[in-house]
Amino acid sequence: MDDWKGNSRVFWTLSLPGSLWLLIFFLVPLGLLFFMSFGEKAVIDGQMSINEIDFTGTLSNYLRSFDSLYLTIIWKSIWVSALATLLCMVIAYPIAFGICFAPERWKPLLLLLVILPFWINLLIRTYALIAVFRTQGYLNLALGWVGLGPYDMLYNNFAVIFGLVYVYMPFMVLPLYATIERLDKSYLEASLDLGASQFRTFWKVTVPLTLPGIISGTILVFIPCLGSFLTPDLLGGANAIMIGNVIERQFKAANDWPFGSALSFLLMYATFGALALRTLFARRSKGVDI
Amino acid sequence: MAARGTGPLDYGSRLWLKVLFVVIFVMLYVPIVTLIAFSFNTDKRGIVWRGFTLDNYAKAWNNAALIEAMTNSLVIAFLATIIATVLGAMVALFLWRFRFPFKSAYEGFMALPIVIPEICMGVALLLFFINTGMMDAVVAWPWPFNLANIVIAHVAFCFPFVAVVVRSRLVGFNRQLEEASKDLGASEWQTFWNILVPFMKPGLIAGALLAFTLSLDDFVITFFTSGPETVTFPVKVYSLVRRGVSPEINAASTVLIVITVVATFIAMKLQTPVKSGKG
Repeated sequence: MDDWKGNSRVFWTLSLPGSLWLLIFFLVPLGLLFFMSFGEKAVIDGQMSINEIDFTGTLSNYLRSFDSLYLTIIWKSIWVSALATLLCMVIAYPIAFGICFAPERWKPLLLLLVILPFWINLLIRTYALIAVFRTQGYLNLALGWVGLGPYDMLYNNFAVIFGLVYVYMPFMVLPLYATIERLDKSYLEASLDLGASQFRTFWKVTVPLTLPGIISGTILVFIPCLGSFLTPDLLGGANAIMIGNVIERQFKAANDWPFGSALSFLLMYATFGALALRTLFARRSKGVDI
Repeated sequence: MAARGTGPLDYGSRLWLKVLFVVIFVMLYVPIVTLIAFSFNTDKRGIVWRGFTLDNYAKAWNNAALIEAMTNSLVIAFLATIIATVLGAMVALFLWRFRFPFKSAYEGFMALPIVIPEICMGVALLLFFINTGMMDAVVAWPWPFNLANIVIAHVAFCFPFVAVVVRSRLVGFNRQLEEASKDLGASEWQTFWNILVPFMKPGLIAGALLAFTLSLDDFVITFFTSGPETVTFPVKVYSLVRRGVSPEINAASTVLIVITVVATFIAMKLQTPVKSGKG
């Protein structure tokens, strides 16, 4: 690697365009959002203005986020995301485990099958789920053949959690696969030889050794779930609002940008917190992290 | 407890695991496959299979608003891909080549657009475009310049991904080739163009295809940065989906699925690691 001073002309030519783009079209907008979160709607001639904002340095927007109404939604976003993450884990672990122990020639195909849906537009996948779950949908049609239903399966928490699991599962399978694949299988053999049951071997050997993958996967699923907007919007409707939907509403229908900005920043702090946790765990389990 | 003829570690041949695999893959693929299948259905309400037809595709093709949205999406993806690939490749090159102070902080900064929630980036850009007057300004510009804001936003979240892909390709580069080229009298530029760029090519193509799919798929950021006049394909589908399910959306979605899946397959083919020093 060269020192940047050695060829500063090349260094600046290569680094400036990308850095400036990110500075102007990413960091500056985030800065604006940050300032906006400390602003208030301006009062002009005794009337609340629709689009003029005063930067008063107020904390009222953040305080408002802790109103019971919004606190309920934040709390709900957290447990819905946590439950979706847990379900992803329960489903993805055996899948990743199975792929690792599958015949060598099957592995690429199985991995591809897991990743492929991830490449299909999120909106289209959500739409596909709507077609399956709606009251006149395929699932109710199938249930009708055996004399059940029809049930209203859309527009509730169940639909949102199912949608989140469906959409973010690949994020869980990949890091799990990567760690299980590198797990030294002789440890498992040793444990089984020494008389531990399959169950005990799994809990005492496999799980602790694949913990880095479990943590990575958890963070990778939890973060997008927490910030999701499309899935709760289309599958949850008015009954299953998450923090992303509240933010969207502040910027579109409700037109309360300072409050929306404060909520966005709370969401970002939560994200950074999750990432920091991941780094912390990664440091502790040095060497096996992915 | 193991089945006959299987060792204790031979989990791959356990029946319960096989059953689980089938169940999960069925759950993953049934919605997508039915979506594609029902794009060929004659039934208007799209629940019961009544017969094969291409009418839905014809209808989607003749739906001017849908075609306009699709054209916008493709043009945005095309422009964003070109800019993002160039920027991403430059960032990858200088991160790969140079040592400089605060490098890990810079790398963290580059990774920010990848990790922060899309909705935060979307609303931040919305604020930015409105406060700088760009939101109102571009509306008056002729097509395709009125898409400028969306292109700018897409480049901002795509090029860090391109940088990651290109950089992982560059790791395999044998720097002696570079030295040899300079020893033989080539200038910095000639070495770059004749040695480095050909080596980077698979990474560049893979990165470009990744940027293309990311841009084509993006809904959330586009939803916030597009003015009321401009509609992209995902934004259009969103407004249609809110009104209900129709075979026309299935047809248009199928077209988009085919485009992205083909692009992904090419990208994955090109990303399979090549031995260093080759190319």
